[in-house]
Amino acid sequence: MTATKSVGRQQPIILKGGHVVDPTQGVNELCDLRIANGVVEQVGPDLGVDGAAVIEVPADLIVCPGFIDMHVHLREPGQEYKERIATGVEAAVAGGFVGVACMPNTNPVNDHRAVTEFILRKAEEANLAHVYPIGAVTLGSKGEQLAEIGELHDAGCVAISDDGYPVADALLMRRALEYASMFEMPVIDHCEDPSLKGEGSAHEGYYSSVLGLRGIPGEAEEVMVERDVTLSGLTDGSVHIAHMSTRGSLRAVRSGKDRGINVTCEVAPHHFTLTDEELSYDTNYKMNPPLRESGDREAMIQGLVDGTIDVIATDHAPHHADDKTVEFEKAPFGIIGLETAVPLVMDRLLHKGLISIGRLVELLATNPARILGLPGGRLAPGSPADITVLAPDVTTEISASKFKSLARNTPFDGWQLRGSVAAVLIGGRIVYTNEDIEAVGVFQQFSPSVSS
Amino acid sequence: MPKTTTIGDQIRPLSRLRSRHLLSVTDLTPEEVVLILDTAEAMREVGTRPIKKVPTLRGKTVVNLFCEPSTRTRTSFEIAEKRLSADTLSITTSTSSVVKGETLADTARNIEAMAPELIVVRHPASGACQLLANICNSRIINAGDGMHEHPTQALLDVLTIREHKTKFTGLKVSIIGDLLHSRVLRSNVLLLKMLGADVWVCGPRTMMPAGIDQFGVSATSSLDAAVEGADVVMMLRIQLERMRGYFFPSLREYFNIFGMSSDRLRRAKPDVIIMHPGPLNRGVEIASDVADGPYSVILEQVSNGVAVRMAILYLLAGSEEEDL
Amino acid sequence: MELCMPIVMESVRITRALMRISHEIVERNRGIEELALVGIRTRGVPIAQRIANNIFEIVNHKIPSGVLDITLYRDDLMRHTVGPQPVLRRTEIPFSIDDRRILLVDDVLYTGRTIRAALDALVDFGRPRAIQLVVLVDRGHRELPIKADYVGKNLPTSIRQSVQVRLTEVDGSDEVSVEEVS
Repeated sequence: MTATKSVGRQQPIILKGGHVVDPTQGVNELCDLRIANGVVEQVGPDLGVDGAAVIEVPADLIVCPGFIDMHVHLREPGQEYKERIATGVEAAVAGGFVGVACMPNTNPVNDHRAVTEFILRKAEEANLAHVYPIGAVTLGSKGEQLAEIGELHDAGCVAISDDGYPVADALLMRRALEYASMFEMPVIDHCEDPSLKGEGSAHEGYYSSVLGLRGIPGEAEEVMVERDVTLSGLTDGSVHIAHMSTRGSLRAVRSGKDRGINVTCEVAPHHFTLTDEELSYDTNYKMNPPLRESGDREAMIQGLVDGTIDVIATDHAPHHADDKTVEFEKAPFGIIGLETAVPLVMDRLLHKGLISIGRLVELLATNPARILGLPGGRLAPGSPADITVLAPDVTTEISASKFKSLARNTPFDGWQLRGSVAAVLIGGRIVYTNEDIEAVGVFQQFSPSVSS
Repeated sequence: MPKTTTIGDQIRPLSRLRSRHLLSVTDLTPEEVVLILDTAEAMREVGTRPIKKVPTLRGKTVVNLFCEPSTRTRTSFEIAEKRLSADTLSITTSTSSVVKGETLADTARNIEAMAPELIVVRHPASGACQLLANICNSRIINAGDGMHEHPTQALLDVLTIREHKTKFTGLKVSIIGDLLHSRVLRSNVLLLKMLGADVWVCGPRTMMPAGIDQFGVSATSSLDAAVEGADVVMMLRIQLERMRGYFFPSLREYFNIFGMSSDRLRRAKPDVIIMHPGPLNRGVEIASDVADGPYSVILEQVSNGVAVRMAILYLLAGSEEEDL
Repeated sequence: MELCMPIVMESVRITRALMRISHEIVERNRGIEELALVGIRTRGVPIAQRIANNIFEIVNHKIPSGVLDITLYRDDLMRHTVGPQPVLRRTEIPFSIDDRRILLVDDVLYTGRTIRAALDALVDFGRPRAIQLVVLVDRGHRELPIKADYVGKNLPTSIRQSVQVRLTEVDGSDEVSVEEVS
């Protein structure tokens, strides 16, 4: 059936009978979800069908607020050969995300409104996942002079970051925190002391020694996390620790939260699934922060379980194969993550009994929306009808050659993971269905053919 | 289990190297190490003949890809190749970051198009040989990749030790110097441990590789502890630019604490041998009278280098082809 | 056919054959001082040594003796290998071969390829005045124009057969036997 019915604007939809999860509303049961005019109207059991298009959702599918990846590199403007906004948002919905926050380390850097507006326009043309630009802290992310943060906010930025680089100067970080707080934006810091990092390309430990690679000690990250937590306390601003990876950093964040300081943090799936034991000269295992020791991985899992870690974000970093087929120390840091994150979270955290489905939704939807001040992340009446539907018992086989992203730099190719994304709705419009899942047929009659 | 086969009516025990390449000492089993050393002994004799050539690799092409300056290792390989009558081709490139030339992967593809049987590679980046092995069909011999390994150096070191000592088990071998940046260290530690030696490593704490205790060696910053009762002392080169990374304050201080002088050597066993992969920094890691003294086997290492490399070229070039 | 290997030469016959050869060598070579023996590994080596001892008994003169490993000169090396590389052993020729009459010694002469390789090797060591070939057994089936000058026993064989030489120094006993190879 290829005829697509237009829905969303005209006709309400009822998702009937799926397992709806929204921790903010205390919902975690089989019930119905009614959508009209692009927003959620109501969530509850046995909702009236009158005039609505009914989608009978199988009971084993999970219906959640749409996931938001708050750390993504879309590479446009400037490096379109690696990824474009159009391909990035397609990869996002295929990965189960309704929105992505994109980092400013494009070319030119997103340090003025013209770039922000360009990004937003491209996202609108693509008309898939929401794109929330993150503006730069400093001009060119050079760490010298503040960017016009007020104007960036006005143009549509939701946070500021110099990601790729730390905000190395403590005074500058202090000022950035104070200034950004006027616009209720967090400062997202890539925590790493540049002198301790040196020319390292892998985690400093036994495995980097075996391979003869210069190491980056975990303390290079921890030192700056401690600093940022302290400065956040000084300024009453909010700092968000990007891609956290070490137990020392976790300890610092936990201590900060215990003291009532405004600090949040995120972890990427590779830091709770892989370790430096996996290292070889395969550059698909090279990213920054690097894969750490098993003790650090255990700490990340612990932080996800006990609530110290707020968000799972992919740090999706596309690179062209030519750039990655070089000597390890020369290869750029980064792996893609949009199309592998959700199955990894389901297989390695949910199905291992480490987190509940409610906690999963917090990590992937509720908290990112809250931290960035976005309207989604919940299914309360009036919230945007941005929905991620999961098939927790269907196996995903990661197949990089089929990715919607332009890039292929992932270490997870070939992995079999228990858990799949079934469908994604944005503004009540079905933007992705997973053709490999039979049960998804109920969605397909409404979907424009965006699926795999 | 060695097989036997009949050639004419002569029955010979046979053996081969299982691995396609020699990228790391860990590509070899202890039996293969012994095979290489025994073969090298036989190859050494070729260098004593009036005509220092055998036709063994006639018609085979060997490319020497040296992306890092190295007169000593490159000449050693070239001599080994020519003694086996191979056709050799040396490509030297400088990897200046200013001049952006061809990528290593493209260089590899171009060499592969010439289909040499063997490629000998030296490169400043760890893992560069692995990249070539991924791209090329030729057999790759690692002549030194970054800080990772230098397997032929370790093999010639072990051959030299074997000539002076009766066994490896329990032999105290102390390796002293810039441990952090040394590929000679890594290969030697792996190989000596494989053969059962008691390996000690010594250097400034700033130059201790992370996780050194997991390598199964005794690590110390005390030169005296390392030299005490040592059967073999191996000195590593100190590079002058290490001062920039705050590794040690000055060459003078380095020599005072870690340099090998005849005085400090006194604690070693009376039949100790002194080794050095070269080139020497006289007065920095080693005093001249030690380098030139009666315990030094440094020049033997150099001549053993040609024999070991001949053995490896011979064993790899003749290794069994996989059925495709 | 028969399961046990017919012995074609037992210990006594081997000893006599080598003594006869030693006498022949002395008889045919006027200048004993020019002679030198080179045994081809593996079993040519003890045969050469025994001949050297015999000649010493006969004329009370010690002829120099060397050991040649022809592995590096074989024409089937590197060529599509049916099996793995043969193990290489040392060659030791501690005297100059220039202007000498070299007695090249091997246990069995068959296709002649081993001897060809040995000739190539010797030529790299110098320029002998002459090279003569000594073998314990000649089993025919030459593939190259090579002829032995001194033969212990002529043994016509079929290609399906294999000749096994055992010598005390290497194998613990002396005998030559023939077996069917399937």
